[in-house]
Amino acid sequence: MATVTRVPQAGMLAKAAGKRRRSKLAIREAIDGYIFIFPWLLGFILWTAGPMLASLWLAFTRWNLFMPPEWVGLENIRQLFADRFVGISLWNTAYYTFLSVPLGIIASLILALLCVQEMYGRAWFRTFFYMPSLTPAVASAIVWFWILNPEVGLANMVLKAIGLPPSQWIWSAKTSKATFVLMSLWGAGGNRMIIFLAGLQNIPQSLYEAAQIDGANAWAQFWHVTMPMLSPVMLFNVVMGIIGSFQVFTGAFLMTAGGPANSTLFTVLYLYRLAFEQFNMGYASSLAWLLFFIILGFTIIQLRLAETWVYYEGG
Amino acid sequence: MATATATEMQPAKRALGGRLKPWPYYVKRFFLYIIMLVLSAIFMVPLAWMLSTSLKTQGQVFANPPIWIPRPIMWQNYIEVLSVAPILRWLSNTFIVTVSATLGTLVSSSMVGFGFARLRFPGRGFLFGLLLATMMLPGIVTMIPTFILFKTINWLDTFLPLIVPSYFGGGAYNIFLVRQFYLTIPTDFDDAARIDGANNWTIWLRIMLPLNAPVLTAIGIFSFVGHWNEFMGPLIYLFSEEKKTLALGLRAFVDPYLASYHLNMAAAFYLTLPMIIIFFFGQRYFLKGVVMTGITGR
Repeated sequence: MATVTRVPQAGMLAKAAGKRRRSKLAIREAIDGYIFIFPWLLGFILWTAGPMLASLWLAFTRWNLFMPPEWVGLENIRQLFADRFVGISLWNTAYYTFLSVPLGIIASLILALLCVQEMYGRAWFRTFFYMPSLTPAVASAIVWFWILNPEVGLANMVLKAIGLPPSQWIWSAKTSKATFVLMSLWGAGGNRMIIFLAGLQNIPQSLYEAAQIDGANAWAQFWHVTMPMLSPVMLFNVVMGIIGSFQVFTGAFLMTAGGPANSTLFTVLYLYRLAFEQFNMGYASSLAWLLFFIILGFTIIQLRLAETWVYYEGG
Repeated sequence: MATATATEMQPAKRALGGRLKPWPYYVKRFFLYIIMLVLSAIFMVPLAWMLSTSLKTQGQVFANPPIWIPRPIMWQNYIEVLSVAPILRWLSNTFIVTVSATLGTLVSSSMVGFGFARLRFPGRGFLFGLLLATMMLPGIVTMIPTFILFKTINWLDTFLPLIVPSYFGGGAYNIFLVRQFYLTIPTDFDDAARIDGANNWTIWLRIMLPLNAPVLTAIGIFSFVGHWNEFMGPLIYLFSEEKKTLALGLRAFVDPYLASYHLNMAAAFYLTLPMIIIFFFGQRYFLKGVVMTGITGR
């Protein structure tokens, strides 16, 4: 639109005519552009922006779905700080996240470093590593529930066979969270490994050759060539990993229902209960926003810290 | 392990071609293969155990030391479990939801991606930034109002809440992928078509979509896997037994009070097998697709 009004000031008539035709085309193109992105735009309003505003409002109400919502001001927020289950669930979630994300990333990186080697059967090994991440969460809950059974499960049979004491796994408050971390590591060969693999394959061989000429050993090459070149991919994996694992839900919902002794009551599980079992929509929304701000905070901190350790080529 | 990698990358390439190397090289190779085999075994144990248990008689299930290859092989378990729960019904529900949602994802992500990659309009940069920002938005903040929205329009206990949103953009990630791919296609194609009188719709349908086939295949596979595995959505939106998806229905099979472990594993394998099949047929696209998403890191 702006271009059209500016045209007369351009001066020469011929030029103006040409511009007008072009701007007509430009308007046409802009209209088509909006039509093409319209599905997303509408979806964004209906399923992202709208719901976010709605849940922000809900966070200040009390609503059980049956009676009209009632504005309670900061009552929900006060309750968030008084509710001991909020504290427990955040602690559990943080515990899980800060173990599973670093360990998972190290595991994925090691698998990627192995898979990048030239060797026979490489595609098969990669397939074996990748397969677990494709297993539906419910199917893996079913099989892990069986493997981890303290009396008859495979896991304790193996421990016994190699002379280690059996564990109570998810049935003891002491080991339950660590067991969930262990189960999350089973998926370390998934998309995260493939992203690392792609990152590794993008590193030019010439850098390693140069490092070798300078006398760098394998260890030095890893820290001074591989890691800096991989750091943008690393940042992506860390950010997405933290966002994902702060929302851990399905495994605990299916296998432990938050127990034993609330040791696997993760925040999203508690939120699910508040919203869909107790129909406490207002309070659940305020908990959702609390979790959102925590995740947002971690994301921002990481993007800030990234400036100190992520190496962008040519940047 | 990490130390071995960098230096080995090169000699390895040459070694496959032939010619003898000094002996430490072969020792390293030997250990590399051992490590790979052990890790593969560890990663495959749960799935192998699922398959193995699913083919056992009840008596062999609890055998100690564990039996890996059941004898006799009880294929009947897979028939028997069908009488425990309406698994075939759930399976067909899952197919309906997954295929419809995947179709929506493909159509709308390729359309929106075209708009962002090829057409200039005011606010494009801002809107694209917004789109990228939604990739990092945890789904949890929008869950409750979205549920209320679907409840208000009476869509609870139907497949619609699981399908319809896919037709509105198909996910920020997928749009981003399609756009990146469109950007690699020279604009000469568009210009040539435009001179021949094609409008944007023709260009999208006749030129861009066919060229876009590889990235759409990858998106299609990811979307299929994603919807197939989805649990939270069906859990919130579906209630009646005959409407459940397989993932939701199998919730009752985690704890073996309903059936025995061997039947539970057979049920779990019904859910897992399509993923294994799709991986073997689409392996190439899986890897390519993830690699394309890897661009996001840069």
